[in-house]
Amino acid sequence: MSVRSNNPIGPLDYTRRTWMRLVLLGTFIFLYAPTVTLVAFSFNDSRRNIVWRGFTFKYYEKAWNNSSLVEAFANSLTIAFLSTLISVILGTMTAILLWRFRFPGKAGYEGAMSLPIVIPEICMGVAMLAFFSRIGWPSGLPWPLNLGAITIAHISFSFPFVTVVVRARLASFNRELEEAAKDLGAGEWQAFKDILIPHMRPGLIAGALLAFTLSLDDFVITFFTSGPDTITFPIKIYSMIRFSVTPEVNAASAVLIAITLVMTTFALWFQSRSGGQSGGRAHG
Amino acid sequence: MDYWRKSPKVFWSFGIPPTIWLFAFFLAPLFLVWGLSFGEKQGIVEVAITGTLENYSRAVQPLYLQIFLKSFWYAGLTTFFCLVISFPVALAITFAPERWKPILLLLVILPFWTNLLIRTYALIAVLRTNGYLNDLLELIWLSADSGLRILGLGDWDLFGERFNRFELLYNNFAVVYGLVYVHLPFMVLPLYAALDRMDRSYIEASLDLGAGQWRTFRSVIVPLAFPGIISGVIITFIPALGSYLTPDLLGGTDSQMIANVIERQFKSANDWPFGAALSFLLMYLTFFALAVRALLTRHNGKGLT
Repeated sequence: MSVRSNNPIGPLDYTRRTWMRLVLLGTFIFLYAPTVTLVAFSFNDSRRNIVWRGFTFKYYEKAWNNSSLVEAFANSLTIAFLSTLISVILGTMTAILLWRFRFPGKAGYEGAMSLPIVIPEICMGVAMLAFFSRIGWPSGLPWPLNLGAITIAHISFSFPFVTVVVRARLASFNRELEEAAKDLGAGEWQAFKDILIPHMRPGLIAGALLAFTLSLDDFVITFFTSGPDTITFPIKIYSMIRFSVTPEVNAASAVLIAITLVMTTFALWFQSRSGGQSGGRAHG
Repeated sequence: MDYWRKSPKVFWSFGIPPTIWLFAFFLAPLFLVWGLSFGEKQGIVEVAITGTLENYSRAVQPLYLQIFLKSFWYAGLTTFFCLVISFPVALAITFAPERWKPILLLLVILPFWTNLLIRTYALIAVLRTNGYLNDLLELIWLSADSGLRILGLGDWDLFGERFNRFELLYNNFAVVYGLVYVHLPFMVLPLYAALDRMDRSYIEASLDLGAGQWRTFRSVIVPLAFPGIISGVIITFIPALGSYLTPDLLGGTDSQMIANVIERQFKSANDWPFGAALSFLLMYLTFFALAVRALLTRHNGKGLT
């Protein structure tokens, strides 16, 4: 190691130049300092956030005992599970369709399928609001049916992302395997079930984790589709933030950050194993 | 790839469910809003679609045009700052040792996946008047002041009598700061993708032939990374232009962007046709930006190969 670092800095060793390292460090501080302090101060034993008064879990306890917060969390998880399930099915179907077939109007079809990824969230949000009120979507249904509108909206923006991830995985599939299976007497369905699905698995898992995170995180579109009795976790946190900045909100946020971190790490790991390029998220 | 007629049963069974979903729960709502944008309000909830262009002509009145221009200005500033910060970052990641690359990339991507609302909320704690940034500045002020006192200059109050906390939140500064904070990964990733694909021997050749680092950067690295720069600029600009949450939570009364006006039309102001028109104008701007990107990157790709 010491031999390497004693080498003079070559003309292309940009990363070894001090000012470059400072820019890198500065950027990561800029990106991480706010969330890291937020998580750190959720363990701080003081109402005012500024001074460190010792370690405590009491704000987590307080958040846990806040029944409307827990209910919002349960709603969010339910929506995310349902949305993920359907998004993976629809997204995979689209991926296979676009990967396997040529058909007239394919470019237009692909464009329409990527619309939910590219249009501004606010436009999709108001479209969903107008749509559900226009068709007279029933309100006041028993749980979990009352979450239907939000779940439908989440599926609409999630499944094209699943398509991108699964399609990237399919690009590495060797179609001769499928042909061999068919030559050996497998039907369409059997070849699909025993050859294609196992190959797609890492992409399916990555896509599912992606859809779950997207649904759990969404604020803007949910903001327009939720009613007074269908509060999700981000909506609840939003109304708490509007009210005041409290360590309890920090604790609730820290929980959500932890969940997202775990999910994202898994998703990226599966995706790197599946060899696909990241789809990227085009609206923020 | 097969032509669809080769196995139509498979084609239809995979094609129909997602297509129905897309039409019923995405395109139909968009089409409805498009229709509403040509409508007139009649009563509290009733909207009659009369084909009027009234809503669009209202949208280009000075009051709203100003908000469009301001949103453009904020999104443009955001894109500019993101580009300036991201270029060295992307370059540093490209030339980092192989084993560090995935870690550095992960560090760029992770904030991207953290909840937008929570990140914005975290910024409030940093920027508010008794927040961490002001604490830090006060600490620097205090140590500078006591340094002066040690030097015997304390009575002169060179930095002012006491530290005045800055108003960093609920103004336009906070909105642009927040937008840069949120959109930085959008810029780093495409830049990195372009720089990583670049053939390094061009840079070596340029340096060998006597061009300095700055000249090489200007005449070799930037032109080679041009498609990535265009992608990054557009991919950052589009979501920044349509931002709702950042101006809503960090901005003051005069920091409204288009999305906030749209939200108001659909909620408190209850003027759906006008909100629909604004929302479609925002969408057309998005499509226009995407078309510009497609045009510029395609043209450049042809020039290189």
